[in-house]
Amino acid sequence: MIEFKNLSLTYPNGTKGLKNINIKINEGEFVVIVGLSGAGKSTFIRSINRLVTPTEGELVVDGENILNHNGKSLRELRKKVGMIFQSYNLVKRSTVLKNVISGRLGYTGTLKSIFNMFPKEDMELAYENLKRVNIEEKLYNRADELSGGQQQRVSIARVLTQKPKVILADEPVASLDPPTSHQVMKYLKQINQEDNITTIVNLHFIDMAMEYADRIIGMRAGEVVYDGPASEVTEQTFEEIYGRAIREEDMRGGEENE
Amino acid sequence: MNKPDFVPSSLYPAKTKRTLTLSFIAVLGFYLISSITTESFIINFFLKIGNITELVGRFFPPDWSYITVIYPKLFETIHMAVIATTVAVIISIPFSLLAANNITTNKWLYNVMRFILNIIRTIPDIVLAVVFVALFGIGAFSGIIALIVFAIGILVKLMSEIIEAIDMSPSEAIKASGGNTIQTIWYAVVPQILPQFISFSLYVFEINIRASVVLGLVGAGGIGQLINQRINFLDYQAVSTTVLVIFAVVVVIDWISGKLREGLV
Repeated sequence: MIEFKNLSLTYPNGTKGLKNINIKINEGEFVVIVGLSGAGKSTFIRSINRLVTPTEGELVVDGENILNHNGKSLRELRKKVGMIFQSYNLVKRSTVLKNVISGRLGYTGTLKSIFNMFPKEDMELAYENLKRVNIEEKLYNRADELSGGQQQRVSIARVLTQKPKVILADEPVASLDPPTSHQVMKYLKQINQEDNITTIVNLHFIDMAMEYADRIIGMRAGEVVYDGPASEVTEQTFEEIYGRAIREEDMRGGEENE
Repeated sequence: MNKPDFVPSSLYPAKTKRTLTLSFIAVLGFYLISSITTESFIINFFLKIGNITELVGRFFPPDWSYITVIYPKLFETIHMAVIATTVAVIISIPFSLLAANNITTNKWLYNVMRFILNIIRTIPDIVLAVVFVALFGIGAFSGIIALIVFAIGILVKLMSEIIEAIDMSPSEAIKASGGNTIQTIWYAVVPQILPQFISFSLYVFEINIRASVVLGLVGAGGIGQLINQRINFLDYQAVSTTVLVIFAVVVVIDWISGKLREGLV
């Protein structure tokens, strides 16, 4: 369970990233955060694994207030909370397998990881996860030889390999074309359901949010302006969240062609 | 048609032109003054051309029998360069990381590292050799130490700039999955810089070969000692043999390392 209690974040330059957020996210939920760029979606998500540090309030993950974590306890938190990025953030010159196994680094001693000495179970886990996203035949390819959608799938395999309780995805499909976007979202949804991993995804495409989310949280100017089940959301709701009429660019469109 | 009230007479404003002219005169004046104070005039080159041809003539033909004396010293030079480059490369790795502002976010530490490096790089290799010969005595050991310091200055400068230009997003991913600092560097930074790092190491090896020739002049071992000795004995034919051998070796090593580096990047 993740709980935001009166959480605010002010950047050193005075910009308010988050304004007094109070939200509870339950285990196993698939939450989509929507909002225009600059609304605070990234700040919201990055607070949960402390890539940014909120300045006021409390943020409870798995029963602990994480705002004072540092060093070892912060790494323990990050083992539990995996992350997927818009630009995949793979090491392009390394192989697919090396990228995926790097999800185990939090569990592996420094010296062992330097000499690539991962236990057999870890290698097995990495390979199984590559199979889950159907990219196991690219095992020894360099990451930069893969297409965008394939790279994002590798990054999903990497995050699975760290066996997280929570997956954060920061605009995971913003750099992909419509069919690939749906494919990536379907993998995320499937993993959420099969493994009961709490999943929080930032999106700005309203059609995708409505299609995949259990629950939608709307943000504007650092504040939560909407919170409710995806089934109750209409285009009207989005116009309220965005504070303007819905445009074509707010839609991803295109179904996955299998 | 109306007569235009203003026609620009030049492509640059008058003020820019004036500044340019003045700078030009100033630079010219500076040349003239330095030429007079150092008593070196370009005309000397033509007046003394006879000396040049006469001296060059004394270098020929090269004394090929001298080559047996050159061999051991040649290998000493190569050994010095190999050892110095290897040690310098190992020492440079942590220092390059400390001198890159995206890895070393501590401003104070970063600036101290930069300052030390700038000092090292302002010291010419020959001065380093003189200092180490004074400390450790005449011989290859002093030369090796001088080369190490010299090579670290170059390598760390080149490498830290490469590190500063890498893509930081994989580091963010490793950090976000619970990896510690060393793991992040090893998995996200090192793969990105490894090809350039090897390439620069080979380049520094080439530089070390050339530099070790100069170091010999001050008694820091290597083939340069022979040149110094032969010049003192006015044995110019042996000097020309040595120079030709060095030339051949440098060309061969440049070629090999060039080929290796082509395969890397």
